[in-house]
Amino acid sequence: MAVLSTPRSAVQLASKGTPVREHLFRTLLIASLVVAFIFMVALLSYVFVEGWPRLDSRLWENMPSIRNPDIAGAQSAITGTLWVISLTGLFTLPTGIAAAIYLEEYADKTRWYNRVIELNIQNLAGIPSIVYGILGLGIIARTLGLGFSVITASLTLGLLVLPIVIIASREALRAVPPSIREGSLALGATQWQTISRQVLPASIPGIATGSILALSRAIGEAAPLLMLGAVSFIRFNPDGIFASYTVLPIQIFNWISQSREGFHVLAAAAIVVLLVILLLMNSVAIWLRNRYQKRW
Amino acid sequence: MAAPHNATVPGTPQSLARSRPRYGEQAIKAVLMVAALLSVATTIGIVVSLLEPTISFFGEISAVEFFTSTSWGPLFEPPHYGVLPLVSATLITTGIAIVVAVPLGLGAAIYLSEYAKPKVRKVFKPMLEVLAGIPTVVFGFFALTFVTPLLRSIMPFEIEIFNALCAGLVVGFMIIPIVASLSEDAMAAVPNGLREGSYALGASKMTTSLRVVLPAAFSGIVAAVILAISRGVGETMIVFIAGGGQPNFTLDVGKAMQTMAAFIAQAGSGDVPVGTTEYNTIFAVGSLLFVMTFAMNFVSVRLVRRFREVYE
Repeated sequence: MAVLSTPRSAVQLASKGTPVREHLFRTLLIASLVVAFIFMVALLSYVFVEGWPRLDSRLWENMPSIRNPDIAGAQSAITGTLWVISLTGLFTLPTGIAAAIYLEEYADKTRWYNRVIELNIQNLAGIPSIVYGILGLGIIARTLGLGFSVITASLTLGLLVLPIVIIASREALRAVPPSIREGSLALGATQWQTISRQVLPASIPGIATGSILALSRAIGEAAPLLMLGAVSFIRFNPDGIFASYTVLPIQIFNWISQSREGFHVLAAAAIVVLLVILLLMNSVAIWLRNRYQKRW
Repeated sequence: MAAPHNATVPGTPQSLARSRPRYGEQAIKAVLMVAALLSVATTIGIVVSLLEPTISFFGEISAVEFFTSTSWGPLFEPPHYGVLPLVSATLITTGIAIVVAVPLGLGAAIYLSEYAKPKVRKVFKPMLEVLAGIPTVVFGFFALTFVTPLLRSIMPFEIEIFNALCAGLVVGFMIIPIVASLSEDAMAAVPNGLREGSYALGASKMTTSLRVVLPAAFSGIVAAVILAISRGVGETMIVFIAGGGQPNFTLDVGKAMQTMAAFIAQAGSGDVPVGTTEYNTIFAVGSLLFVMTFAMNFVSVRLVRRFREVYE
């Protein structure tokens, strides 16, 4: 019984522990992972099964209808999404990559303004998307006078995903070893020549992967566009950057809000289309990463 | 700056500074910096677009009514401007979400970081990213057409078609990947020496995970949870679709509730005339939401910084 005089904690640590408790803990941990996956699988299969009967050419050949779910389609929403996302990419990718180059290659980290920029980007990444809708409504649509148009939606979504592009591009640039830069500079290249001819080509795969992921976030975003006129009933494809528009997530939302069952099936079918687009984009991103990623 | 011909004079140290400034290089740097400053301009733009309508809102409605009245209905006649029902609905749905996301996300993180073999981790981490990549409108659809009917059939108490319980649960599943992947990063950053020391003292794997790794990664985990809360507070589509559009000052999670974000989405998608009190209300609620999430993000970023400094 002399053992009892040692501190309790020591006894606990020294004892072999009850294997049952260890097993239980491990099982609980696995269970939490499994529950998350059951939810995901249930969601995906439910949407797919629900949307399957309506997953045909009517979906991309017909225009939306509020009366008849049988002849309703999502063509204007699909073309609207393509318009909005192309413009978003045109605006946000050059800006985001340029900002990343500045922060990674030029910025002096000891200067207060550069630290402010960094902190600001991190904070921006956490601002709710609906607040960007307010920014789009107050500044882009009203003050700049762009109204409820494709360009307003693109600029708003562009600002929303800008922090993602910047953060991903910075990581890609950081992965290029300093020796590449030093070698180039030692040969007499200027800093911009070094960046444009050595650093950027080497980091393109990483930047492209991050950019695609950022754009796929923008494709699925609905909340800010609710405030920017996308909810209106649109029966035509956009014909320019100042045209009115709707996008796939908003069209899905409109159909969910209808009480008739036929529209819910339609919403599920449109969700399948949206998820397939996202899947394609993500596959390209993963393929790029695996195919072109260099190990230094 | 020595002129080039002076440099050849013996005894004068040759300047290493470039003799001619490279204007092209400086112009490029300036352009890149402008791109970086656009992010600061975005923040300023958000603040400016919120501030002006918010000030004119509080010019008409007293702050006391806004923050203490329990009745919300700016679009009704007569209008009421008590934001408490929206705040309580936001806190309740986020609370439910956190109850789901923190245990499940943390459990998944401990498993992936401490137990899973590298091969298993390589399969499961991308799958969590898939969950994070699903658009929120899809979660909303699933919540309304699948989860709510399910809850209505299995729960002993009454649940309306639009209810806070379902919205909160589904938001919880949506933010699991945030909790899991950020906590896993924090735990992976704990040096192996700490684990080995713990094993050397005879501790089991569970004891090591819970008493050594978890406390060491604590600030990172707290940062992850704060970020997840902030995502839950700001989440719009799920709570708008599944939680309904009626402001309800109640604790009954079976009832419809309107969160702050859902109100902004509902009022903002309607045709509210610019400059009216109703229009300004959107911005006043937006300001409150912005301040809440901004404060949480700020704390979270600071915490992540701190935990990084410890082990690098």
